[in-house]
Amino acid sequence: MAYSEKVIDHYHNPKNVGTLDKTKNNVGTGLVGAPECGDVMRLQIEVDETTGVIKDAKFKTFGCGSAIASSSLATEWLKGKSVDDAVKIDNMTIVEELNLPPVKIHCSVLAEDAIKAAINDYRKKNGLEELKFDESVVH
Amino acid sequence: MLQFPIYLDHNATTPCDPRVVDAMLPYFTNSFGNAASRNHSFGWQAEEAVDYAREQVAKLIGADPKEIIFTSGATEADNLAIKGVFEMYASKGNHIITCNIEHKAVLDTCKHIEKEGGEVTYLKVKENGLVDLAELEAAIKPTTILIALMYANNEIGTIMPMKEISAIAKKHNVLVFSDATQAVGKIPVDVNKDGIDLMAFSAHKMYGPKGIGALYVRRKNPRVKVTAQIDGGGHERGMRSGTLNVPGIVGFGKACEICLNEMEAETKRVSALRDKLQTELLKLEESYLNGDKEHKLPHVTNISFKYVEGEGLMMGFNKNIAVSSGSACTSASLEPSYVLKALGLGDDLAHSSLRFGLGRFTTEEQIDYTIEQVSNTVNKLREMSPLWEMFKEGIDLNSIEWAHH
Repeated sequence: MAYSEKVIDHYHNPKNVGTLDKTKNNVGTGLVGAPECGDVMRLQIEVDETTGVIKDAKFKTFGCGSAIASSSLATEWLKGKSVDDAVKIDNMTIVEELNLPPVKIHCSVLAEDAIKAAINDYRKKNGLEELKFDESVVH
Repeated sequence: MLQFPIYLDHNATTPCDPRVVDAMLPYFTNSFGNAASRNHSFGWQAEEAVDYAREQVAKLIGADPKEIIFTSGATEADNLAIKGVFEMYASKGNHIITCNIEHKAVLDTCKHIEKEGGEVTYLKVKENGLVDLAELEAAIKPTTILIALMYANNEIGTIMPMKEISAIAKKHNVLVFSDATQAVGKIPVDVNKDGIDLMAFSAHKMYGPKGIGALYVRRKNPRVKVTAQIDGGGHERGMRSGTLNVPGIVGFGKACEICLNEMEAETKRVSALRDKLQTELLKLEESYLNGDKEHKLPHVTNISFKYVEGEGLMMGFNKNIAVSSGSACTSASLEPSYVLKALGLGDDLAHSSLRFGLGRFTTEEQIDYTIEQVSNTVNKLREMSPLWEMFKEGIDLNSIEWAHH
């Protein structure tokens, strides 16, 4: 199976690899997947508390090239978005952007789950109600 | 000067040796006859070439040429041996013993046998990939007709103790079949010394062409018979009908002859390169050798690099180096290697494995490059791995409630 150019580029030049201070109140962390399934994503957002805009995003991923690319792309899209807009990122837009084949769609689903988990972690820390999502994104 | 890509997947297939191709070429054009044509020189020439190749093949495994049945490959030979014995010896019993790290060609054939009313015991291998001989003996029943155990495993390269296995089988008057696809041509295999009654092997794993293999069927002590699985013109002593693949058979013979002549020197050279690769890669932190360290083919090593995923790892260098992984992502099923899981490896380690298969044309320069590329990629991906970060922080990954998806 050949990878798309975009997947290869994200894999070799991943954007925003790293770790944010998870103890900070304005940092939300989402850890999804499982080692036994062959992919684990940790995605973090740092929110500007006055504007509600995501000023930084970082990821670390254990997984195949498509999983790495999906999370790298997700951090790029998150930066500069408001938390409310970030919730709307849909896995299918990741699939389209990266030209993921059907067997790799779960990588994009995982990235979407990671975004939502990070946002909920941020909301929880700040006394906001956790958002409920459709069954379709919970795996 | 290094040329890319470097091929280190010789357990999947091997390139044809140029000497094999040279031997085959005339049989596509001038000497194209059907070996079954008894009444003209075209047929005679083809028959003569097949007879000679049959001798070359038999010699490599210490057999008589009459004991070689040519097939389309090892998968067909596996099917013929297992189904053929099951049908032929139905009056004696219906029980077959095999193990859980056999190739799918054996496992799925055994599943088929179960559907046909047969009974199959799948022995669990030990952590090192070898069967427990006491367990094997204990599994034998009055109805047991066949023990089917591979000579060497395709993923981890471990070599089964065939002599000991066949001694147990003889004691209980049970036939021994071995899928020796990975072993023949790589290590000395002798059907008489090893006490094997039926054995499958294939040309393309030993620098011969694809589409040709053989089943060895013992003719003396005891005389073994199998029912044919393909009906037709009664070729191969009635056991496998179908016009003989003369160029393939000629290439198979030549490949066997080369292996026989060069095995000793080649093993010495290739195993030294394998040892270098294995030693250097095992120096990486949290890397683990899969399968027995000693009882193993000279040209293969299988290593898990914990906290990095195999497909992601291969992507770091697969433009220049071809290897394979036991990771789920490389298979259609999304399940990690059943062979590695059978050794008791957790799914996480199975996902993190790479198999390196060296070969006749592998050079030290290629191995040095591979060591460098794999090490760099492992280190790079670990910097990107949340699991590696947790491990470094001393967090027990088993204490985390993972969301299985």
